[in-house]
Amino acid sequence: MAAQNPEKQKTTSSEEVVSPNTPSAMDTSRIDLGHIEVLQILNEYGEVDKGLEPDFSNERLLEVYRAMVLARAFDKRMMTMQRQGRMGTFAPNIGQEACIIGQVTSLREDDWFAPSYRSFGAQIMRGWPMEHLMRLWAGFHDGFPPPNNVNDLPFSIVIGSHVLPAVGIGIGMKYKKKNNCVVVNYGDGASSQGAVSEALNFAAVYQAPVVFICENNGWAISTPTHKQTANEVLASHGVAHGMLSIRVDGNDILAMMCATKEATDRARAGEGPTFIEAVTFRMSLHTTADDPTVYRNDEEVKVWEARCPMARFETYLKNKGVLDTDSIKQTLASCEEEVIKARDTFYEMPPADPTEIFEHLYETFPMELQKQRAEYMQRLRQKGVGE
Amino acid sequence: MSKLTMVEAVNLALMQEMERDKNVCMLGEDIGVNGGVFRATKDLQKEHGEERVMDTPLAECGIVGTAVGMAVYGIRPVVEIQFSGFTMQAFDQIEQNMARIRNRTRGKYTVPMVLRTPYGGGIRAVEHHSESREAYWVHTPGLKVVIPSGPRNARALLAASIRDDDPIIFYEPKAVYRAFREEVPDEPEVMELGKAEIVHAGKDLTLISYGAMMRPCKEAVQDLAEDHNINVELIDLLTISPMDTETLCASVQKTGRCVIVHEGQRTCGIASEIIARLNEHAFEYLEAPVKRITGFDVPFPYFQVEEHFLPESEEIVLAVKETLAWE
Repeated sequence: MAAQNPEKQKTTSSEEVVSPNTPSAMDTSRIDLGHIEVLQILNEYGEVDKGLEPDFSNERLLEVYRAMVLARAFDKRMMTMQRQGRMGTFAPNIGQEACIIGQVTSLREDDWFAPSYRSFGAQIMRGWPMEHLMRLWAGFHDGFPPPNNVNDLPFSIVIGSHVLPAVGIGIGMKYKKKNNCVVVNYGDGASSQGAVSEALNFAAVYQAPVVFICENNGWAISTPTHKQTANEVLASHGVAHGMLSIRVDGNDILAMMCATKEATDRARAGEGPTFIEAVTFRMSLHTTADDPTVYRNDEEVKVWEARCPMARFETYLKNKGVLDTDSIKQTLASCEEEVIKARDTFYEMPPADPTEIFEHLYETFPMELQKQRAEYMQRLRQKGVGE
Repeated sequence: MSKLTMVEAVNLALMQEMERDKNVCMLGEDIGVNGGVFRATKDLQKEHGEERVMDTPLAECGIVGTAVGMAVYGIRPVVEIQFSGFTMQAFDQIEQNMARIRNRTRGKYTVPMVLRTPYGGGIRAVEHHSESREAYWVHTPGLKVVIPSGPRNARALLAASIRDDDPIIFYEPKAVYRAFREEVPDEPEVMELGKAEIVHAGKDLTLISYGAMMRPCKEAVQDLAEDHNINVELIDLLTISPMDTETLCASVQKTGRCVIVHEGQRTCGIASEIIARLNEHAFEYLEAPVKRITGFDVPFPYFQVEEHFLPESEEIVLAVKETLAWE
């Protein structure tokens, strides 16, 4: 990724004070829209591009591999629990593990992550206990706040509404002169939201240390990307806002790790925001309330099965000699065990406390709300709740 | 003490709060070199630099959403939206994040920010420049809504709002911006939020209003006293949410009669809520139905006819007399 638009600084700081509206600015040779690189390191057969292969330690690679396996194990368990009636509506991440895990691998503890709802694999990696995420999806108020040691935003339900606050956090880092950065993700659907465009613009104007991960998984519930936008290269959104932009194979964990590493390094070095379009595919349902057979055919899904992010990473690690059939089985078994343990812990956690709905709205508790709380407590007593 | 207009008083509060706390910053369109379209942020950028007084792109939703993130990160942003009619562009971020992040994270993150914006009619402006839609924000759990009526309380309430840890919508009555001057102390002054003020004590009837409508109310109170020997108790709400129900009810319990005035639309307006609370807490004391003089349920009219839409002192006098006619 080369820094784009080197002329930009010159034109804005020019001493001749040329207004951008004067005829001289119509000189098309001064217009530089940059270019969009495409990055793939590990192809769908697990073959690595030797020239681009990163030098992550074997230990680190195995750690990331395990995080991907754990995300999938968590996903499967959550689907089971939902079908058993023990879990609320849930948005599975199957097929997007490389994209989701890869984007947080270069974040430090004091950096921030602003996830969307399909990012639980990354949330687990950031330190969210799985039973905590189960509380979240099961409709407990205490599931939503990030754990104490985790600097994340709670995820966004209204599509794309978290992107502006994420940029604000980045601007805050700059304001407080911290060498930190924010990774924020959103999908192809969110890319149509006006607030998301505004967020890209603010980040670029203020050169905020923000990395945008646009997860283009092909479908926004039933709307395919080509109906979402007339320009399916979403990385162009970054270019349009004047920031360094790249299109990455989102099913290639090495590419995701490398692209986000470079982007977070740039952000921390004060070089501004980066836009990463991660091209991936939503293999499963939008949520457990969705039935994709209504709007898409299996052929498309089969094409993407062959591009599985897990299989190609396993092939790579096997070829590298750091993984074999036995250790694959062991990793899977230990992840499943960890998920079951979290599930059991979740089942043993206390029921929801209905009295807490008033407690956290204001720093100072308004009188009217105190009255309403008293009324609510009376209602609970009459219903025999909490006795 | 200096005699200041409201816009100068707002500027004084901003300047002093920025001096007091390095985490206080400003975001808005044309607030830097230009000093804001009403000059409320005059010289702030010159004094405190571009990083603390940020001229933003023209995107209200972007401004508010960005400020929310900064607030979560421990900064105390004060946002200026040029006209309150433009806050509708930011409804998304006000409702989804500004008002809710504290509740969503059970207090782990707070949003100590102020959204200041001029509201109300009477300045002969084009469409969307005269709105009085404070009811939206009062209806939104998690926000506080503050509306000053004069230079001195504007300064003290704005300073208090900036220091408050909850997100605040601060509506500035632009018709009052340069309408009159008032003594404002040079030293920082804060007023407690959530308290209404009895600006004129009386025994015959309680008149409740806020913001720009306090001026015609004050005129009416004077006329009623001088011409009709009617002694009205005038209350300035100041904080619309949370509302000071106690002060309102205690007054109506004393007078037994009440008239409420605001320029915002009637249905589900602020007067509706006040009447509901009086119904709950002062019903047995009422001698007459509570009357409300408000904007009508139509969009704010174009300025050739706006004077007929806005409540004036003559109507208030009439409403008071009608309410007193219930014997």
